[in-house]
Amino acid sequence: METNIRLTNVAVLGAAGKMGSGIMLLTTMQLLDMKLSNQGESFSPVIQAIDPNLDTLRGLRKYLETQVLKAAEKKCVWLREVYKSEASLVDNSDFINRYVSDALSIVNFTQRLESAYDSYLVFEAASENPDLKVKLFTQIDQNSQREPWFFTNTSSIPIGYLDERSNLSGRLVGFHFYNPPAIQKLLELIPAKNTLPELATFAEQWAKALKKTVVISNDIAGFIGNGHFMRDLLYAISQMTKASRDFSIPASILMMDKISREYLVRPMGIFQLMDYVGIDVCQYILSVMDKFIPGKNLHSDFIDSLITMGVKGGQFPDGSQKDGIFKYAKGKIIAIWDPEAKQYANADEVIPVVDAWLGKMPEGIQPWQNVMKMANREDYLKKHFEILRNCSETGAVMALEYNSYSGKVGQALVDDGVAASTKDVNVVLTTGFFHSYGPVHSF
Amino acid sequence: MAVGYNTISMGTGRPEFHPAKPRPGLEHYISEAGKAVIAGINQQGDLIDEAFIGNFQASLFNKQAHLGGFIPMIDPALAGKPAMRVEGACASGGLALASAIRSVLAGTGDVVLAMGVEVQNTLKAIYGADVLAAAGWYQKRKSGHAYFFPGQFSNRAGAYYERFGRDYTRKGLARWFKNAIENARLCPTAQEFENKVVDLEALALTEPNGKFFVDHLNVYDCSKVSDGASAILVLSEEGLKKCGINPEDAVEIAGWSQVARDITADPEDLTVMSATRLAVAKALKSAGISMNQVSTVETHDCFTIAGVLGVEAMGLAAHGQGAAFVADGATARDGVMPINTTGGLIGWGHPTGATGVHQAVTVWEQLTGKAGAAQIIINPDKPYALSINMGGDDVTVVAIVYKKNH
Repeated sequence: METNIRLTNVAVLGAAGKMGSGIMLLTTMQLLDMKLSNQGESFSPVIQAIDPNLDTLRGLRKYLETQVLKAAEKKCVWLREVYKSEASLVDNSDFINRYVSDALSIVNFTQRLESAYDSYLVFEAASENPDLKVKLFTQIDQNSQREPWFFTNTSSIPIGYLDERSNLSGRLVGFHFYNPPAIQKLLELIPAKNTLPELATFAEQWAKALKKTVVISNDIAGFIGNGHFMRDLLYAISQMTKASRDFSIPASILMMDKISREYLVRPMGIFQLMDYVGIDVCQYILSVMDKFIPGKNLHSDFIDSLITMGVKGGQFPDGSQKDGIFKYAKGKIIAIWDPEAKQYANADEVIPVVDAWLGKMPEGIQPWQNVMKMANREDYLKKHFEILRNCSETGAVMALEYNSYSGKVGQALVDDGVAASTKDVNVVLTTGFFHSYGPVHSF
Repeated sequence: MAVGYNTISMGTGRPEFHPAKPRPGLEHYISEAGKAVIAGINQQGDLIDEAFIGNFQASLFNKQAHLGGFIPMIDPALAGKPAMRVEGACASGGLALASAIRSVLAGTGDVVLAMGVEVQNTLKAIYGADVLAAAGWYQKRKSGHAYFFPGQFSNRAGAYYERFGRDYTRKGLARWFKNAIENARLCPTAQEFENKVVDLEALALTEPNGKFFVDHLNVYDCSKVSDGASAILVLSEEGLKKCGINPEDAVEIAGWSQVARDITADPEDLTVMSATRLAVAKALKSAGISMNQVSTVETHDCFTIAGVLGVEAMGLAAHGQGAAFVADGATARDGVMPINTTGGLIGWGHPTGATGVHQAVTVWEQLTGKAGAAQIIINPDKPYALSINMGGDDVTVVAIVYKKNH
């Protein structure tokens, strides 16, 4: 089958969710741009935007309208070229509005899963629940005459497992966007052992068409991104637990968060990242990894206890941070959850304790924002780690230990066959997590 | 001509500008400039006989026409006096001046207020480009560039590159940008007053990218999107006396011209601004002087290439030599002909309908020693200055020759 035929009818499951809406935006604009660029050929794509929630579907329509408009404003030079034969379009506003209208016209917003029965490609962005995913794939596949190719946005569940349970015979590939999909450059591509080669090739081409940085991961639960993040998080929790023998839990949490953010030059601390992803999501990913990678104890009682106490983190629909292990005000941490007291402890009272324990921050250490702007970042990072090595304060010592562990996790991902190279591991961490350097380094 | 005033040129570059926050509107700028002029004649607004307000596109940028009606808002003493809006695209301010000059020459007024105003930051640039495109012939809009006027002048730059050399020309354009920003840094009302870039010429040599903008110019080659107003009085000798203005605080209008080129016709030669050349020649003839007697020029550098072509239109450099003339520093503030001493449209800003009046105010300040840190030395043997205000792609041009009063 011609790949362009596959693109004529595409379904996105969970289209109105956090990841689904981003996938919808990218898919809609890419298909429309292909249509506009190939006016000599007959190519009329349609996208089935499927989501069970009517309210969020309405929100998706508004989101697409707003985001496509912004994109159209930026590519008006091109729009004037591709629509030049349309005599009624004269002003930029005419071209921009036409593009938005055309984009929305190729989307069918629907709550009915049956709309996917005629699709050749199905992008799944439902919640991280293997049973739900299998149910969706099975129902569509059993009712379709088109032998559709399935793309799943799972960030942890083995593709081969989903394929086998859904009887897809290799018509499934992992296509893991990072959040938010429209902005994040990284895409983890995960072919299972039996994924059809032509599907894997198509998936890679499609990812590149979406201007994504593609890293191929082997089909081992957690893949590269979560494979590193989850182990990194478990390490931070174990260190936090050790520290809590001498300090309060809030102080111990904040300590590890500060070390990972400020000493290891990351965009956010490890516990803030846990809040960003959602503590419940982290718990679920760990449970999947623990199930498929037995004997490695990929589990955290601490996370389980947070969920039991209703401390979940995650994001509001507008992308702002919900309270989790930290409480936030305008994006800033103002309090830390105390599981013993079952209430938040004021950050102003905890910070002096943390600072006293970690010791004086070595001079010359630059924040992540500054480092990311440096033209000679490598030179700085060499100096940065040299400064840490020459510092005997507790914070520097713990940071180097953390850094060493993080590097070992990165190397293990290669040794265990998850990643093809440490370079791939580093690309995932720098591109998908915006770390200022990859975990496997010689700084 | 006396008692000039420029508001701040507001837009990107000004620290107080934020696109998402509320900003002053037309009323604010008209009022600020008008009140400042009346304050300059000891609050004697009743002495003003008539007012002209230049504006290009308030009808679309602000959904507001009929700007003559805002003149009495400035001061109750202006109520019941003649007031009208004049429009000639970016030369609207020049037309306000020309109208005021005509009024004085006709004897219908001794003290005439010439003002210009534009508030453009109400629209994103991509939509503002539609509004500004109306300065060209609408029949050409369909085939024009998304950024219509940058596209027009990109075509001129491309033609100039082809005939005289690309690198040679771009060096001249980069120097024009450098001069503009350095001069703007001397003028607190300039949009680029706070510009801190160290290597301006390197920045200006950023390679144009036709995929996102135009083929032959980059954004540094373009004037600013600006909000602002300027105002000045055009007075007869009797008017000067009525207002109690010392002659040394005023400049003489020694000559002027106003020309229009057929908007429906393409320029015969993209490397020549024929209407500007004609307007300058007429203005100089009207004043009975040559460029050798001119100390400084305010010219309409809506794009750097317009600056270079303007230099040639003035006869300061031969055809094709303008880029070298600029690159060699001849138009810098310490050059043989200081041009746009407070930054011009690229450095000071370009609130379109106000620009012509802003130029007159700048010249008045220079010739009367009121230019502050931007003040240049006026050679007593060369007591004249020139302003060139252009609307559209060399379509409507107003050129004015000013003389320092001793």
